[in-house]
Amino acid sequence: MIEIINLCKHFNGHKVLDNLNLNIHTGETIVIIGRSGCGKSVLLKHIIGLLRPDSGQVLIDNKDVTKMDEKELGSVRMKFGMLFQGAALFDSLSVFENVAFGMIEHMNVSKSEMAKRVKESLALVGLKGIEDKKPAELSGGMKKRVGLARAICIRPHHVLYDEPTTGLDPIMADSINDLIVELHNKLKVTSIAVTHDMVSAYKIADRIAMLYNGKIIAVGTPEEIKNTKDPIVKQFITGAGKGPITEGIDFNHLI
Amino acid sequence: MRIKKFIDFFTMIGTHFMEFIRYVGGMSVLTGETLFWMPIPPLRKRQTIEQMSKIGVDSIAIVSLISLFTGMVLALQSAYQMQKFSAEMYIASLVAVSMTRELGPVLTALIVAGRVGAAITAELGTMKVTEQIDALETLATNPVKYLVVPRFLALIVMLPLLTLYADVIGMLGGYIIGTWKLGISHAMYMKNTWDPLRYKDIYTGLIKSFFFGVIICIVACYEGMKTEGGAEGVGHATTSSVVVSFILIIASDCFFTALFYFVAR
Repeated sequence: MIEIINLCKHFNGHKVLDNLNLNIHTGETIVIIGRSGCGKSVLLKHIIGLLRPDSGQVLIDNKDVTKMDEKELGSVRMKFGMLFQGAALFDSLSVFENVAFGMIEHMNVSKSEMAKRVKESLALVGLKGIEDKKPAELSGGMKKRVGLARAICIRPHHVLYDEPTTGLDPIMADSINDLIVELHNKLKVTSIAVTHDMVSAYKIADRIAMLYNGKIIAVGTPEEIKNTKDPIVKQFITGAGKGPITEGIDFNHLI
Repeated sequence: MRIKKFIDFFTMIGTHFMEFIRYVGGMSVLTGETLFWMPIPPLRKRQTIEQMSKIGVDSIAIVSLISLFTGMVLALQSAYQMQKFSAEMYIASLVAVSMTRELGPVLTALIVAGRVGAAITAELGTMKVTEQIDALETLATNPVKYLVVPRFLALIVMLPLLTLYADVIGMLGGYIIGTWKLGISHAMYMKNTWDPLRYKDIYTGLIKSFFFGVIICIVACYEGMKTEGGAEGVGHATTSSVVVSFILIIASDCFFTALFYFVAR
């Protein structure tokens, strides 16, 4: 169980998260939707302790991440895997070293065991035989898969996805969606994804939460969100140009 | 109107001052963290040796070229003056002392700051903007321990070694000009090189270059790790990394020279 309580964060006088509250149940897949730049990634980075809030708490199994020192944070982070927007593979290391990174750094495993685990993790994301390649030799979709393999190689309890389908073609995006669902079923992890891709959100989510103006304004199953009465959520999920979100904003100067 | 301009002026000064304080503070914190993480295992021998090769071994060619030419120029330029007093034989001493005390450490540091410092900033800066540094943290690995410490160790070991090497090559440059063009005999040149040289000349140079190594590493890593704003940000960080380390190297050179002159005579 992850509880986010009254989380506030501002950058340069601009309030990004404003008394945000959200509960994430163990084993579910929750998708956080919202416009680009509304603070979705910031929220994700608070959950794993990459950013410290101005005020508020993030409780993971009743322990507050925001007040932990480096050592405690390290042990909490070992329970998390995170897939970054651009995959964030270490380009000086090979695919094998990337995927095995967590094990090399923190676990006492033999070389053969490590090779087995890496192979297993790569197989889970549908890749094989690329252990010796460098990240620069991979395509965008493959990079994301390797990034995902790295995230799940340490057998995390929670997996965080930062815009998993952004920058991919629709077919590749769908295969990543399938992968997220499949991994969720196989590994029994709690998945938290942020995206503005509604196709992806409907496909992978048990619950969808919408972030708007620094607050979670709606939480519900994909069905509930689809049939929402809330005009803001409605405008977002239908992708309408006119509505309460864009009220008072004139796009004419952009055309 | 006039009052507003007045206030704006002071606001600007205040902002720049605060930025400066933040910068100095950030670098001090990074230095502290680096020293804190240095002795904590794992010691990352492989990365450190890799960095030593990148920083030290790969710089040998350019350091050789520049110090050889510097030695030659030094001999020629001093010959121009010394010939007036028929004191050419002291050219050897002049080259030896100026290389070990001043030009060896400073030139090597400037070369390494331009070659290696810039590369470190560009690499770390790219890692920052592509979220690789965040990724390190999510994998429970401290970026200072993983990225900065190996570079720090490599620089404080390799820069003094490169400096020693530059000293020798610079003297060789002077020797070539002295014996070939200025008619000083081999024995005379050697005697005049070694006789006036004191241990102090060499070790003060090495102490300087140790601190130059610290400066290059901390400035380059700090600029890299605070990079923001994509490719443009990386370019900007790289430029300011080189500029700031040049300034700090020259300024601290002046400080140490004065210190050794007045205190450690």
